[in-house]
Amino acid sequence: MKKVRFKVDELESDIFKIAGLEATVGEFYEEWEEAIGPTPMPDISTFREWDRILLNRYKPFYLPFCDLCCLCTMGKCDLSKGKRGACGLDMAAQQSRIVLLACAIGAATHAGHGRHMVKELVSKLGKDHPLDIGSSVLIEAPHSRLITGIKPKTLGDLEDILDYAETEISQLLSCCHTGQEGDNLDFESKAFHAGMIDHLALEVSDLAQISALNFPKADPEAPLVDIGIGSIDTSKPVILVIGHNVPPAAAIFDYMEDSGLEDNIELTGICCTALDLTRYTKKAKIAGPLSHQLRFVRSGIADVIVVDEQCIRTDILEEAKKVNAPLISTNYKNFQGLPNRTDDPTDEIVRDLVGGRSPGVVILDSDKAGEVATRVAMGVFPKRKKSGIIPEESEIIEYAKKCTKCLSCQRVCPNYVPLPEAMEAAAKGNLQPLSDLYESCIGCGRCEAEGVCPNDLKLHTIIIGASKSKMKDEKFKIRSGRGAIQDSEIRAVGASIVMGEIPGVIGIVGCSNYPGSWKDNAFIIEEFLKRRFIVTTSGCAAMNLGMYKNEEGLSLYEAYPGVFDGGSLVNCGSCVSNAHISGAAIKIASIFARRKLNSNYEEIADYIYNRVGAVGISWGAMSQKAAAIASGFWRLGIPVIVGPHGSKYRRALLGRKDKDEDWYSIDARTGKSVYTGPAPEHLFIAVETKEEAMTLIPKLSMRPNDTTKGRSIKINHYIDLHKRFYGIVPDDIPLFVRTTADIPITMKDEILKILKEKDWKESEVPTPDPTLLSRLVRKKEG
Amino acid sequence: MAAEPWQRYEIPGPIKAAVIKNPEMVSILLKKAKKPVLIVGHEAAEIDLGGKTPIDHIIRIARATNIPVVTTAHTMAEFLKRDFKPAASMTSMDIGNRLTDPEWSVSGEDAPHDLALILGMTYYVGFVIEAGLKSFAFNHLKTVSLDRYYQPHCNWSFPNLSIEEWDRYLTIIAQEIEKK
Repeated sequence: MKKVRFKVDELESDIFKIAGLEATVGEFYEEWEEAIGPTPMPDISTFREWDRILLNRYKPFYLPFCDLCCLCTMGKCDLSKGKRGACGLDMAAQQSRIVLLACAIGAATHAGHGRHMVKELVSKLGKDHPLDIGSSVLIEAPHSRLITGIKPKTLGDLEDILDYAETEISQLLSCCHTGQEGDNLDFESKAFHAGMIDHLALEVSDLAQISALNFPKADPEAPLVDIGIGSIDTSKPVILVIGHNVPPAAAIFDYMEDSGLEDNIELTGICCTALDLTRYTKKAKIAGPLSHQLRFVRSGIADVIVVDEQCIRTDILEEAKKVNAPLISTNYKNFQGLPNRTDDPTDEIVRDLVGGRSPGVVILDSDKAGEVATRVAMGVFPKRKKSGIIPEESEIIEYAKKCTKCLSCQRVCPNYVPLPEAMEAAAKGNLQPLSDLYESCIGCGRCEAEGVCPNDLKLHTIIIGASKSKMKDEKFKIRSGRGAIQDSEIRAVGASIVMGEIPGVIGIVGCSNYPGSWKDNAFIIEEFLKRRFIVTTSGCAAMNLGMYKNEEGLSLYEAYPGVFDGGSLVNCGSCVSNAHISGAAIKIASIFARRKLNSNYEEIADYIYNRVGAVGISWGAMSQKAAAIASGFWRLGIPVIVGPHGSKYRRALLGRKDKDEDWYSIDARTGKSVYTGPAPEHLFIAVETKEEAMTLIPKLSMRPNDTTKGRSIKINHYIDLHKRFYGIVPDDIPLFVRTTADIPITMKDEILKILKEKDWKESEVPTPDPTLLSRLVRKKEG
Repeated sequence: MAAEPWQRYEIPGPIKAAVIKNPEMVSILLKKAKKPVLIVGHEAAEIDLGGKTPIDHIIRIARATNIPVVTTAHTMAEFLKRDFKPAASMTSMDIGNRLTDPEWSVSGEDAPHDLALILGMTYYVGFVIEAGLKSFAFNHLKTVSLDRYYQPHCNWSFPNLSIEEWDRYLTIIAQEIEKK
C-alpha cells in the first residue's frame, strides 16, 4: 500500500494491453476479493465521454456576473455579445472556467483539510491505526473503492488516496491558467472531475475522524444534542470554536475533562467544527451555522474564540477585539497576522492572553491549544463579564432616529431586506420589524461596511439587539452526525428506492446563505418527511433543520427517526459527511444491485442516474466547497437544486423536455434506442421560491427505471404539490406518464382527460433496462 | 434615482441598459416587435401597488396585445386567481435558457422571440439571467426590464423607481397599449 501511484501507473498502462491484470497488482489488492474494474485512479480524460453524455443532455446555460474577464494582465477583456478576450477565450468558456475554478478550490479545500487532519491523527496514533466506521458497514469507503480501487484499512492508507486526489486537483487547477483549455464543455467535464475528487476527499476526512476520534459509527440513534444560542449557559466561561477541523476542539474537551472542568465550562461552536464536536462529546453545544458567527461573537458570550479552517470570518480578529475575547488560531490556513506561539511555554501564552498583552496567538499544536483555550477561558471569564456590543432597546431607538432612509444598507444587502422601513418603525419605538429580519439576515455585515451608512449605524448589530429575546429562545435539539449508512439499511430499502416505491432520497446540504428565513429549510423538508421520502442532511443545512419546532414543539430530529428509511431524517454529520450521502447511492448500486464497485465509476453512475431517485438540494449554497460537492453529485447522475443565490455559480445544467430527441436511452436488454422521457429533467438548477423547489423535488426524483407503481407515486406527489402551489395540474404530465398504469389511481379520470387532449401515446417500452453506456448492452440489435 | 444597479455591487461591464425615461417608449418597442413575450416572476405577485399588484397591469397589457405570458416560480397561481391563464409556466432558468435558442418560441411557431419584457424575478437572479441573454441571445433578442429597479444587462430598463412611480409607469404602458 505504500507506493500506490507507482503501481497505478502500471495499471493504467497495462489494463488495456495485457490479460491477467490482477497478477500484476500483487499485494495491493490481496484484501479485496473483487476484481479490478476498468478505471482505477482515473485522470482528467478518463470520464470525458461519460461527462459528454450528461452534458449533451443537460446543456450549460451560462449566467455571467459581468461582461468582463479580469484574470490576467492582458485584460480586462469584454466577452459580451460573442466577443473573445485577448487570450482567445469566449464567454461560455470563461464562465465554465469559473465553474471549474470554484469546484477545484472546493475540492482542494476538502483535500487540504483531509491531509491536515490525517497527518495529525497519524502522528498521534500511527499509520497503522485501523479504520472503523461501524461493524455494520462492510463497504466502508465506497468512493475510495469506486474511484481509486483502494480498500483502505488504516489511517496510512488514506494518505495514499490523498496523494492521488492532490495530483488530480493540481492538474485541474492548472487547466484554469491562461492559455490552457478553450472549450466550455471540456471545462465542464473537468469541473465534474473536481467534484468526483471532492467526494473522495470528503470520504477520507470523515473516515479518519470517525475512526480516530470515535464518533458515532453509522448509528441511527446518535444522541440528540443542544443547538441554539439560548442553550448556552452564560453563567459559565464559554469557549467558542469555529471552522471545520475538529481535532483542536476535541483537544479542548480532553483537557477540560482531564482537569475536571467539563461541567464548569461551556464548549460551543459554529459551523462544522461544532457539528463534529457533538460527534465527539454530547456535552458540546452548537451555537449555530455560519450565519450566526457575527451575532454570536458580538453578543460577548464567548470568553475565548478558537478558529481552525474554512468558513471563518476573515475579520474574526477585529470582531474578537471588539468584545475583548482572545483569539487562538490553530491552523496555518488562517494565521490572521498573529504571532506563532506554538513553541512558547504554555504559561507564558496564557498569561499574555489573559492579561490582554496580546489579542491572539497561533498555536499549531492541538493539545497545547486545548490547554491554553481552557485556561484562558477560566482566566478572562471574571474580567470580561460577558461584555458584548449588542445595543439595548433604548439605544436602538436613538440610533433609528438618525436613519435618513437613504436605502444604502438595503442596496448592499444580499437579500435586500427592508432595513430602512424597519428603522423607521424603530424610531417610533416599534422594534418588531427589525426583529422580523433576524431569521432572513445571513450575518454578512455588508450593511455595516465602511461608507455604506452615512451615519455609520451598525445595522447588523441593531438587528441583533432588537432580537435578543429570539436569541435567548433559541433552544433546540439536533441529532448528532451518525456517519455512514449501514449496509443492512441499504439492503432493506434498496428495492423500494430503485422501484420507486420510496419516492425519493433527498440530500439537503450546504451553507446558510438563504434567500429568506432559515426556517424555509425545515418548511421544505417537513413536507417530504410526511410524504415518506428519505431525507439525508449535513453541515449548516442540518443545523438549520434543527432550529425549528413543529406544531408539537419538537424539532424535526425529535419528531422523525434517524434511520435510513422512508419518512426519516438522517443527519450524517458535517460537510465532509456528504460523502456518506453520495456513498449511499453508490452502495445501493453495489449492495442491492450487486454492480461491481472496484474502479467501475461509469457503470455505477449510470446505474444511479437511471434508477436511484436521489435529489440534492442546497437552499443556502454559498461556497466553492458547495460547488464541488454539487459537482460530485452531477457526475454520479444526481440532480441538484440550489436556492436563488445559487444562480451566482454562473451556470445551470438544464434539460430540454420539449426536445424529444434528447431523451433516448439504450435498452440494455436489446440494445435498442428507447424514449425514456425527461427523467430527471435537470442536473443543476437554481430556483427562486421554496414552493418552486418543493414542486421540483418529486419531479427530479423520477427515473427511467421506475416501476409503474413507483412512477405513479412520484407523479402523485408532483401533481399534488403543483396543484397546491401553482393552482393547476402541471402541463408536462404527459411526458412522465409512460403507460396508463403510471397514473395515480385517484387522479385517473383527470389525467386521462389531459392525456387525450395532448394526443398522448403509450410508450412502446415503458419500463426498459435503461443505460446510457452502450458497452452495458447485453444483446446487440441484429 | 440615477440609473445604476439597485443592488450596489451588481456591476455589469461596459454595456449598460438604456434607461426608459418615458414609459410610452415600451408601447413603441412592443409595436415594432414581431414576436414579443412577457416574463413574470414571483415578486410581481408580492408587491402592493395600492390594492393591486404588477400582475394586474401585466394582465391588462397581455389582454390588449395577445402577447404570451410566461410565469416563473409559482406565479401561475396568482394569474389563475384573476381568471387569466398564462401561455406557459417554467423556472426562470428554463425561460432564460430557451430564449437563447433561436428555434424556440412559447407557441412553437414563428421562432424566435425578438423582444422579452421581464419583471418580477428576484433582482440578482434576473441580473444574471439577463446577462446570459445579453451574451447568448444577442443575435435575435432584445430585452426590456419592467422591474421597479434598474437592470443593467437588459437592452432597456426602467430606472430605480419608487412604488408610486413604478405603478404610474406600468399604468401608462397599459393605457398606451389599450389605446391602440
